Amino acid sequence: MSLESSAAAKQTATLTPEDFSKISPADKNSEVIHRESISAWKDAWQRLLQNKVAMGALVLLLLIVLAAIIGPRISKYSYDTNDLLATNQKPSAEHWFGTDDLGRDMFVRTWMGARISLIVGLSAALIDLLIGVIYGGIMGYFGGRVDEIMNKFSEILYAIPYLLVTILLLVVFEPGLGTIILALTITGWINMSWIVRGEIMQLKNREYVLASRSLGAGSGRLLFRHLLPNAMGPIIVTLTLSVPNAIFSEAFLSFLGLGVQAPVASLGSMVNDALTGWMYYPWRMLFPAILISVTMLAFNIFGDGLRDALDPKLKK
Amino acid sequence: MVRYILNKLFYMLVSLFILISATFFLMKAIPGDPFQSEKKVLPEIRARLDEQYGFNKPLYEQYLKYLGNVIHGDLGISMKHLNQEVSDLILKTFSASLRLGIVAIIVSIIVGVLLGMLAALYHRKLIDNIAMVLAVLGIAVPSFVLAALLQYFFAFKFHMFRVVGFENPMDYVLPVAALSAQPIAFIARLTRSSMLEVLHADYIKTAKAKGLNWVTIMFRHVVRNGIMPVITYMGPMTANIVTGSVVIEQVFGIGGIGKQFVESITNRDYTLIMGITIFYGVLLMLARFITDLLYVIVDPRVKLSSRKEG
Repeated sequence: MSLESSAAAKQTATLTPEDFSKISPADKNSEVIHRESISAWKDAWQRLLQNKVAMGALVLLLLIVLAAIIGPRISKYSYDTNDLLATNQKPSAEHWFGTDDLGRDMFVRTWMGARISLIVGLSAALIDLLIGVIYGGIMGYFGGRVDEIMNKFSEILYAIPYLLVTILLLVVFEPGLGTIILALTITGWINMSWIVRGEIMQLKNREYVLASRSLGAGSGRLLFRHLLPNAMGPIIVTLTLSVPNAIFSEAFLSFLGLGVQAPVASLGSMVNDALTGWMYYPWRMLFPAILISVTMLAFNIFGDGLRDALDPKLKK
Repeated sequence: MVRYILNKLFYMLVSLFILISATFFLMKAIPGDPFQSEKKVLPEIRARLDEQYGFNKPLYEQYLKYLGNVIHGDLGISMKHLNQEVSDLILKTFSASLRLGIVAIIVSIIVGVLLGMLAALYHRKLIDNIAMVLAVLGIAVPSFVLAALLQYFFAFKFHMFRVVGFENPMDYVLPVAALSAQPIAFIARLTRSSMLEVLHADYIKTAKAKGLNWVTIMFRHVVRNGIMPVITYMGPMTANIVTGSVVIEQVFGIGGIGKQFVESITNRDYTLIMGITIFYGVLLMLARFITDLLYVIVDPRVKLSSRKEG
């Protein structure tokens, strides 16, 4: 190896002008970039736009959010007004989704319920994101002993079935929106922290991190400027997919009577309320049930689409 | 191998210990005890009861005693069912839940793997598309919604099954269908993607080139390797089915632990809630532990020491 290279060095030392020739004009432009360079995010967005199913799910989600915001306003009824002369009515021009056993308008209640479900789903997911990124970031960035201890702690916590913890907390503390969100996030952040940890561990050995470090960047700058932005893809996907999980858990807990308390309704508690008379008044079950399924479906499909768009290597 | 098992076992016990401690202190934070619901009790009798159950002792002593009792399977006395041991109440209702759960697990695995195999074999064809649409639906529709829908149409409208009850084999159909829909969807997706990978592997080409017949290739090579991810899903699936059965039993009026749990929550029967929580905790952690073991046994390539995520 060393012999060869010294021979090569000798050869280059004896180069004469005849060894060089002019390149043709055609070759001269070969290095010019013709196409507009696009960022990774733009690229992902374009891939997402082409995925019709995922875009359909996104549009559907936006419509559901919109309806949850304006739905209760365009109706003349309020979600907690009883009308005992008009109980268990079928859907009609008067009550679009019918009424429940206390004569409350189901259209308003369904969209109010959707509002609660979305609030719970989104805030739980965002809190998970915050804790998960900080915890996972520390684990992945520092590694070694810190990582080992923190990881063991999260594993122990994760091994405790989360619905049991959630149920316990809701039994003991005042039921309400805040308690539900708190209960859901107590173990919900762990998955996110593992995703962040894995990403950071992979990224921190890359050359650009080394370059930045050798230029004197501190831990904070490395983490927030270089590592986290590059780990954003998997984080966003995990975030999107954790929303339907939180929505389901809320519905499940409301179904057990541990969710938001009457007269406030969530989609889960409405399904539970409807269970008693639902052989005879199926619409009371149908609208909230369909809405919750469609919401979860749309989040799942959109999350899958997002994953395909952000990580094209994964798609087979 | 032994070290790996002991390590897993140790962490399982730590988790369990935390769950039991959390239940104890959370329940102690609630005012009231098992005897407060009864009518006026003479102070002497009350003192005797406190003496007998140790309520007059300091909290840490009660805690230690509770831990000791739990280890011996003594979960205390129900607050609402007079003079009934929590452990008896759990054992009484366990059989129905166990039967339902086991049938649901078996159905989930068989149907899920078959669906995933079909989808992989007919990749990008009609069967694949149908199977994947079903899988997405199965993941999105909550089990209690599905249970109510099945009950309404098949039991109430078409009279194909009884609305409630859990004695005849036919009574299993609807609850099991509702309970296993989501696991089936997950298993089908897992099987499909891993089978697609295996089908393109070199050793399958070798097997085909050797002239092995289709059945041998499928069952000796493809299924055996393609089923690996399904095994990792066993732990979460058990959790899914156990929690699912809490609502399913309620909908179909099955007298299992799940129904008991919901009732204990509605009645605020704290000792029973505690007992069932611990029981479920043990069950689910054991399922996870067994999954970890199975994974090592089935796939010797798994490096025992370097496995980070469970």
